[in-house]
Amino acid sequence: MIGASKIKQYSNVLEKPLSKGKQEVSLSAFAFLFSELVQYNQTQVDNIAELERRLEDAGYAVGARCLELLCHREKCVMFMPFWLSQGNRRETRLLGILSFVHSTVWKVLFGKVADSLEKGTEHEDEYMISEKELLVNRFISIPKDMGTFNCGAFVAGIVRGVLDSAGFPAVVTAHFVPMEGQQRPRTTILIKFAEEVLRREARLG
Amino acid sequence: MAPAGPRSGDAIFASVERVNAELFTLTYGAIVRQLLTDLEEVDEVNKQLDQMGYNIGIRLVDEFLAKSNVSRCVDFKETAEVIAKVGFKMFLGVGASVTNWDAEGTCCSIVLEDNPLVDFVELPDTCQGLYYCNVLSGVIRGALEMVSMKTEVTWLRDVLRGDDVFELQVKLIKQVPEEYPYKDDE
Repeated sequence: MIGASKIKQYSNVLEKPLSKGKQEVSLSAFAFLFSELVQYNQTQVDNIAELERRLEDAGYAVGARCLELLCHREKCVMFMPFWLSQGNRRETRLLGILSFVHSTVWKVLFGKVADSLEKGTEHEDEYMISEKELLVNRFISIPKDMGTFNCGAFVAGIVRGVLDSAGFPAVVTAHFVPMEGQQRPRTTILIKFAEEVLRREARLG
Repeated sequence: MAPAGPRSGDAIFASVERVNAELFTLTYGAIVRQLLTDLEEVDEVNKQLDQMGYNIGIRLVDEFLAKSNVSRCVDFKETAEVIAKVGFKMFLGVGASVTNWDAEGTCCSIVLEDNPLVDFVELPDTCQGLYYCNVLSGVIRGALEMVSMKTEVTWLRDVLRGDDVFELQVKLIKQVPEEYPYKDDE
């Protein structure tokens, strides 16, 4: 039943003023929601690759919106020490967008900057963002028969969404990297940029 | 040692780990979008959201009871108050109030002040029958069922459909007495 329409404050969601982004929910609320996302997708697929792809697609949508939100918000913010002088500027260089993802996006979404950002040694087009324990993986344990499946595929999707919307198409995947002396493996988000990005980067000098 | 008294919603929310509400909002949006693409029928999506909420609720109630230290509620009125004041605050960080009690005290409305699930959301014309926040009704239903109360939770007012607040109606169907799992004579 559609309620009798009263006069709404804002007729259009786009006219509503953008919040500061400081509102929080409990970690457990997010963890429950994420677990339902994974469980629902498990019922819709037959194999692990499909499951990872679906989680990535969900993350892609989050990433694209996140970029838009952050870009709009940075314009309005003044004198906030954390944002430095990044307002009103679109990242056009590879290192610029990578450090945007590694610091700003991570800080907004997960409350801290990512643990590390590295350039791949074997290939020119590969970069890696590493995290000791991804927020989404905190309460998840992978059964042995699921092999290398990583729910970090959701985060890989977020990164892909941000990069794609910013004009840096890439293939992004999440991998577990076992660390010596630690019980839980580290998670690495591997970013492989498309040819055109590297060509453009070389042209820009 | 005397047991600690019940903690207020604000106190618990301040003590648990928190994440940015926007990550939560955007993830929920991704879930609803996936459901709409897969199921296509708005009624099916409503049912699936309710089911997801139910699955969350049956686990959430354990955490709720552990963290909030509430004592056993005397009647349904107290239950509704606790859900509104403590439950919503400690998980979603929003306040809620209880209104519209019926004569027998089995049916009430919970009005949410704010709803982090619907930031940035607008329902398109093709989805007008969608109860976007149906997961919340499932959560309450699941949580109460785990404490022996069968309830029916429906949306009375929904901002996405043109009303000015979010209002949930919680109706107690019956109290299910706890079943003792073991037979006495075995």
